Amino acid sequence: MYVQEVKTASLGDRPVPVVVEDPARLAAFEARVAADEFVEPKDWMPEAYRKTLIRQISQHAHSEIVGMLPEGNWIGRAPTLRRKAILLAKVQDEAGHGLYLYCAAETLGVSRDQMTQALLAGKAKYSTIFNYPTLTWADMGTIGWLVDGAAIMNQVPLQRTSYGPYARAMVRVCKEESFHQRQGYEAVMVLAAGTPEQKAMAQDALDRWWWPSLMMFGPPDDQSPNSAQSMRWRIKRDTNDELRQKFVDITVPQAEALGLKIPDPDLRWNEEKGGYDFGTPDWDEFFAVVSGEGPMAHERLTARREAWDNGAWVRDAAMAHADKRTARVAA
Amino acid sequence: MSDQHLQARVASIIALGDDALVLGQRIGEWCGHAPTLELDLSLANLGLDLIGQATLFLNYAGELEGQGRNGDALAFRRDVYDFRNCLLVEQPNGDFGRTIVRQLLFSAYQRLLFESLAKSADSRLAEIAAKAVKEVSYHERLAADWVVRLGDGTEESHNRAKDGLAWNWRFVDELFAVDPAEAELLTAGLMVDRNALRAPWDRIIGTVLSDATLQIPPPVRGVVGGRTGRHSEHLGHMLSEMQFLQRAYPGASW
Ligand SMILES: [Fe+2]
Ligand SMILES: [Fe+2]
Repeated sequence: MYVQEVKTASLGDRPVPVVVEDPARLAAFEARVAADEFVEPKDWMPEAYRKTLIRQISQHAHSEIVGMLPEGNWIGRAPTLRRKAILLAKVQDEAGHGLYLYCAAETLGVSRDQMTQALLAGKAKYSTIFNYPTLTWADMGTIGWLVDGAAIMNQVPLQRTSYGPYARAMVRVCKEESFHQRQGYEAVMVLAAGTPEQKAMAQDALDRWWWPSLMMFGPPDDQSPNSAQSMRWRIKRDTNDELRQKFVDITVPQAEALGLKIPDPDLRWNEEKGGYDFGTPDWDEFFAVVSGEGPMAHERLTARREAWDNGAWVRDAAMAHADKRTARVAA
Repeated sequence: MSDQHLQARVASIIALGDDALVLGQRIGEWCGHAPTLELDLSLANLGLDLIGQATLFLNYAGELEGQGRNGDALAFRRDVYDFRNCLLVEQPNGDFGRTIVRQLLFSAYQRLLFESLAKSADSRLAEIAAKAVKEVSYHERLAADWVVRLGDGTEESHNRAKDGLAWNWRFVDELFAVDPAEAELLTAGLMVDRNALRAPWDRIIGTVLSDATLQIPPPVRGVVGGRTGRHSEHLGHMLSEMQFLQRAYPGASW
């Protein structure tokens, strides 16, 4: 995943100077973007556009990386050799997504190290969905089906986002996410058609992941203050509520095909609008999770910090060795 | 083919599969926790290759055995004493130094083994080995590069690589031990004489360690037992994790 517009402090704690842009350049920029032209790294861009993009792309990259943890939690316990290979390959894909996205963000003048430090310091956000625990094997299929499914919904429009490197990263990422979504759905299908215990496991997973998945599209439009500007800049192409509606409309029939029940008493088809009416996610919970109170938030960040800290001597060794080689060549 | 001969063949193929499976499971433990994002990607590649090899070997062993067991039955429904992997691969990951030294020792062995096995009179085995040798050469190169970086990096990385070597060195002899039950398979050209791999392996490892400014550890009395089902305490814990679902929900399909 895993884009959602969440306001965060900018990298570092420095006060952000107010940049006054040249009105003529700004107007030309706005016109280019409005004409759906791609903005490339060397092009002039307003500071606010650059900052918003850095925030969005780095949040997206962090989400890919933190997202490896809940699924990595089940690699050792995958029930067959085939499932183990599929899961390991999927988590590896997410690492690859993180890497392309960090590279895309680096074209905007921020380093991967800076972004990593912001994540580890708890200053950068990542998708709230990864702060929920993975409790059973059914969570693996359900995450593929719903979470990667929601990610695709969010990211397909971003293939046409105004910033070229981001749009191109999204093309590659989307292909893999849709593969993950199909694999996840297939894994849930096997459980839903399996023993009564397996079916119960699948239903339990759907019960737990449904609402957090709907929250992946971000707060309702009337509480999403940055949306209008992001839409104008083509950093965002559909509103949170539009995407959420689309996700529900596609997912409900999929659950029905599995014989699983969506845990929402208010869910019903609305003939007039040609879509489903559905209940309101618990936005208090959402904002609590955004601000770091998710059930696994502490564990996720701790795991990332430990990986980083425990790896420091390895990264130092690689640098020291490269320096020695350079020195030997020079000598 | 006598019963005994068949049993020996199946057991030797199971051992190939178990080595790959157990090391693949260990490497999978790194996922999401590696020192760099690039290493996370590389280690996942290794894990995937090993799980793939395990699948091919164990499925083949099951077919040959003819008792209706497939790779999954072998992987998820045997107890510790039926596992035939060497002790080296079941060693806990430890730090990255210990993991990557283990990988070097094992991948160099596995590459030499598969190069020979690719000429086996058992065409199915030869085919699997020929495909795997390409993967394993990459594992060996990756591990050798990192052992050199660590050994000839900082003082800390040098010491950690040295510790990793000291930890794993006890299990090297077992890699090359020939099971008496395999004698007939060697005569028939079905299996590889592992004893013959030791000299080239020593040369390879000697070169890498010298590039890494690391010493070859002094000879130790090798710890053996994996090939006959006498494992370390670590394997049972690994199986209790790996086999959990198949044990908790017997008969279910996944
Ligand atoms: Fe992803
Ligand atoms: Fe994905």
